[in-house]
Amino acid sequence: MPFLELTNLTYQVGSKKIIDNLCLSIGDSEIHALLGTNGTGKSTLAYLIVGCEGYRPATGSIVFAGQDITDRRIHERAQLGITMAWQEPVRFEGISVAQYLTLRNKELNPAHYLDMVGLQPAHYLTRMVDSSLSGGERKRIELASILALHPKIAILDEPDSGIDMLSTLDIINVINTFKKIGSSVLLITHREEIALSADRASQICNGRIACSGSPQEVVAYYKSKNCLVCGGGECVDERP
Amino acid sequence: MSALDQLMLAYKDAGGDRAILADSATAHLVADGHQILSTRGVKGLEVEAHATPDGISAKVRVRANVRLEKPVHLCFGVLHKQGTQNIRMDVKLEKNARADFIAHCIFPNAEKVVHIMDAVVDIGEGAELRYAETHFHGSYGGVYARPKAVVTVGRNGAYVGDFELITGRVGRLEIDYVVETGENGVTELTARVFGHGDDTVNIKEKVVLAGEHSRGLIKTRVVLEDEAFAEITGITEGNAAGARGHVDCMEVVKDNAVASAIPIVRVTNPLAKVTHEAAIGSVDKRQLETLMAHGLTPAEAVDIIVKGILR
Repeated sequence: MPFLELTNLTYQVGSKKIIDNLCLSIGDSEIHALLGTNGTGKSTLAYLIVGCEGYRPATGSIVFAGQDITDRRIHERAQLGITMAWQEPVRFEGISVAQYLTLRNKELNPAHYLDMVGLQPAHYLTRMVDSSLSGGERKRIELASILALHPKIAILDEPDSGIDMLSTLDIINVINTFKKIGSSVLLITHREEIALSADRASQICNGRIACSGSPQEVVAYYKSKNCLVCGGGECVDERP
Repeated sequence: MSALDQLMLAYKDAGGDRAILADSATAHLVADGHQILSTRGVKGLEVEAHATPDGISAKVRVRANVRLEKPVHLCFGVLHKQGTQNIRMDVKLEKNARADFIAHCIFPNAEKVVHIMDAVVDIGEGAELRYAETHFHGSYGGVYARPKAVVTVGRNGAYVGDFELITGRVGRLEIDYVVETGENGVTELTARVFGHGDDTVNIKEKVVLAGEHSRGLIKTRVVLEDEAFAEITGITEGNAAGARGHVDCMEVVKDNAVASAIPIVRVTNPLAKVTHEAAIGSVDKRQLETLMAHGLTPAEAVDIIVKGILR
């Protein structure tokens, strides 16, 4: 039985369907990469799964560990074990990194989770999660905070954006750490090398799943310019 | 129980440490209403305080090149439900002196209390004063507090002021600070206030960057709920070459509260630069959702965000 199952999910703004009758399933402890270019509905899908305000599907269902959570609020879903690392994490005044990593569990050792994302605890624990952090530092701290939750499923929205290319291997290691602690991951990315680290992958185009399979198959499809949804070409990432 | 004991109990509740009164190495001034309860100076620091027909007059001097190791503690309060406290403070830091002041203004039982502070602060060349002021006005909302200060920061001097009123009700607060900053001088003013009920908060802070390469920051954080009202005016003038100033105001409103921010920046020298930012609104939606995605309820998330802003 899939751990997370999205069935015939549709979300529209006015008459425009951002997510269009989308079906997707993710297994227990599975790393599932979701490839797609800008504007194809990747982040919208993430918001629908996590339950952000204003993101309720017009049709379809979201079932998690056998429970229909379509109408649950964001914190209720989080308490079930669904969480998300945003593409651009927000900053907080007056909240230290140590406090941020232990929001749900004060007994945790925050240093352990900073180590996991390649940050030296001594340099970061007392710093604030505010604009004094660089984009890359903030991103890593967000990943550490998600690891600290030990989620059942983590949605990582472009974890590699804002972090330099040399750190791609670090990001893959972090993604694998989620697997080690037993979390499933929906990994939203543009980068083939990161998608290839997943167990399975799907490509999204115009709000629909165009292709699902092994990461190698989906990356090949992604590059083939033969997308069955858009007719080819529209959803191919042209960036280097 | 003596007035001093009662005030010290309230002082402790407001975060103060009574042990400082017994510490002969720590300077202090304690007053209830217009009655001076205790004073102590230390080497290099003189504290002269006396009651006048209409209040308290205090003079504090830190001698040249004296760098006080321990903060000077000031405790002003009115223990009765009704009363008035007028304080005239004259603070001078001589050349290259350095001091930290920690002031507690405590009105735990106030139903109709007026607290007026008129301070004149003169910070000499190369001197540095850090002045942290914490107010506790009780739960009734019956305090009218008007802290007013005129501060002069000399060449290479520094003034760091931090005003906090985040526990209990505010009542009516009118802050009026003016700081003139000399060459290479630094001024930082921070105010943090949490208003509830029908509290009214008026903050007017002005930094005049008069000397070349002087720097100034006005930072205000106000959270309002219920029917509270706030008007925050931050004024920075850049009047000399190389002067740099910034006004940063953030107000969060909940329920039926009303907030306004008036940042005023004025530059009279083409080589000066002054910037401002002001943000007023409800709790940031993205911050809220981020914390809720960590499993916090909406109420828990708002509480953490608000406490962080006021920290």
